[in-house]
Amino acid sequence: MDVPVIELTGIVKSFGPVDVLKGVDLKAFAGKVTALVGDNGAGKSTLVKGLAGVQPYDGGTVKYDGQEVHLHTPREASALGIEVVYQDLALAENLDIVQNMFLGREETRFGTMDEGTMERQASETLQGLSVRTVKSVRQKVSSLSGGQRQTVAIARSVLKNAKVVILDEPTAALGVAQTEQVLNLVRRLADSGVAVIIISHNLVDVFKVADYIAVLYLGTMVASVATADTNSDDVVGYITGSKTYEGKNV
Amino acid sequence: MTSTPATPPPTIGSGHEGSIREQFTAYFRGIRQGEMGALPAIGGFVVLLILFTFLSSSFLTPLNIANLLTQAATLMMLAMALVFVILLGEIDLSAGVTSGVSAALFVVLVHNYDVNWIAAILIALATGLAIGFFIGFFVARVGIPSFVVTLGLFLGFQGLQLIIIGTGGVYRVETPEVAAIMNKNLPILWGWIGLAIAIALAVLTALWDRARRARAGVANRPALLMWGRLALIAIAGALFVAMLSVDRAPSRGSLNGVPIAHNAIEGVPIVVPITVAILWAGTFILDRTRFGRHLYAVGGNPEAARRAGIKVASIRMIAFVTCSTLAVVAGIFDASRIGVVSAASGSQIVLSGVAAAVVGGVSLFGGRGRLTHAAIGALVIAVIANGLGLLGLPAGVNFLVTGGVLILAASFDAVSRKRAGGALAR
Ligand SMILES: Nc1ncnc2c1ncn2[C@@H]1O[C@H](COP(=O)(O)OP(=O)(O)OP(=O)(O)O)[C@@H](O)[C@H]1O
Ligand SMILES: [Mg+2]
Repeated sequence: MDVPVIELTGIVKSFGPVDVLKGVDLKAFAGKVTALVGDNGAGKSTLVKGLAGVQPYDGGTVKYDGQEVHLHTPREASALGIEVVYQDLALAENLDIVQNMFLGREETRFGTMDEGTMERQASETLQGLSVRTVKSVRQKVSSLSGGQRQTVAIARSVLKNAKVVILDEPTAALGVAQTEQVLNLVRRLADSGVAVIIISHNLVDVFKVADYIAVLYLGTMVASVATADTNSDDVVGYITGSKTYEGKNV
Repeated sequence: MTSTPATPPPTIGSGHEGSIREQFTAYFRGIRQGEMGALPAIGGFVVLLILFTFLSSSFLTPLNIANLLTQAATLMMLAMALVFVILLGEIDLSAGVTSGVSAALFVVLVHNYDVNWIAAILIALATGLAIGFFIGFFVARVGIPSFVVTLGLFLGFQGLQLIIIGTGGVYRVETPEVAAIMNKNLPILWGWIGLAIAIALAVLTALWDRARRARAGVANRPALLMWGRLALIAIAGALFVAMLSVDRAPSRGSLNGVPIAHNAIEGVPIVVPITVAILWAGTFILDRTRFGRHLYAVGGNPEAARRAGIKVASIRMIAFVTCSTLAVVAGIFDASRIGVVSAASGSQIVLSGVAAAVVGGVSLFGGRGRLTHAAIGALVIAVIANGLGLLGLPAGVNFLVTGGVLILAASFDAVSRKRAGGALAR
């Protein structure tokens, strides 16, 4: 098998006396969707925030394309092409869609912002994702619905040719049609060569879109399997701790 | 006959498309949805202008308008300074005393130590810069609420000012260049040249924006709209300069039918171009640079800004430094107008500065507001004081009316936002 784009080994993280991650391993491959599942509080979001450089890990190694890297700031992560769409969407409501999509990486010319270029790229990205619900890219985010905000957040993550896109419960707030659209989008992302990690509580979605499933249980990775080699009942068992995975981890 | 266009029209717009009529429709829809900006303040300003013009014959005279401008300038500068921190959802209660302390430092340096006036102003500005760093350090690095840090400085600096000036001391501002800011006027020709430069800058930036958008291949608003806006600016500016170019010295009467000779007072007060230049530069930075964008982002959602890789602490530092430094400019303005600096200079003004910003439409929750809003808010407050003064009403009425206007403005903001569907709390 290829070298994973992302390989986490023995990741530990605690908040004061609480050990949230207790030696977690995880791999993500280019062109594949890896689903990260687990019950509430299992540590999924914490694992992902470390990869984004938002909340650095306490210990363990992170390899990117086989090279060990240290991710301490969001800038370091995005320099490697790691982009995250957070569960609590990180958008500034007082800014418009273009401004949010380019936040922290604005296009400038002669030291001033090149609004036209940003506007065009934002529209193109949204159109590339077949977004139809947004009327104007200059709408303030405060005027958008939950689904529209999710769309903006995803569009932001794919704006700059990301290598790894991590989605934390991207469909949790969406209706049926928009969920379908987002899942299609996730698949298209992977098919274009991006390594996608998706966190979801919806196993139907997971089985629809994922190539691999990694199960986190109370801060420990209890199973990581190819979707084709498992079924929904087993995964539910791993998530709740009522079944133990005996096979070899991917 | 071709019936299908080569490329389908883009499905996502940007608000720049459409005819002039559609642009106006969209604009008024925005207003109804609560994006009022400075409109309530501008409306209030116009109403006050009309009201006082009817109530007092000496209100809309060149002499009084020039007076009004110099009365408003200090408050305007302070309110503009405060915008930089209010946009972050922070506050600087010490901005007033910062202006006082630095003005005190300036006069004492010039008066007692024979320091060159330019050097003294630079030292005063550097002091403001240092104060801003101090506040920024405690707010952004140590994590103390800005309200507390600056309240501490507000109290402490009144003492510092007392020490610099000496108990009961009053220093006259004897530097002619500084006294001139508020008390002298530009030669008439210079007023017109200044206006021409301002209009040229406005035209060039507008054309530059259009050229950039065109090069990027995105829609531009109808050109007529741009020229209309620029024409309005030019006409308003011309009326303003023309009004200030007539001799406004009070008549001395006449002797045997011949007017008694007097020294003419004419031209735009020197403080006006200084203020306009700072307003323009600040607006340019806030609207067009990455720093400005990041400032708004931090004010709207600091966590989102942090995750986007913005150095939130540095943005906060720079905002406080800018605020304190501009507060020094306000202090120099005040010293120039009053003509003296005492131990109490600047201690009263800061809350009026906050009020001016809020009246103009700057949100204390952060993330929303512009420098022009603060400037208009300061004009509203200055007009109230000026007009009520002309009517001979006691100062108490002035405070009552100003307070009422502040609450009215804040209600406008809250109601419009509730209508916009945004949560009241943010
Ligand atoms: N900043 C923090 N300080 C203290 N404890 C935290 C912090 N962030 C997370 N935790 C704790 O870490 C544990 C794991 O949280 P995390 O958000 O990673 O779970 P999750 O798997 O994403 O859950 P969910 O499915 O509900 O999103 C929880 O018990 C949570 O309370
Ligand atoms: Mg989570």
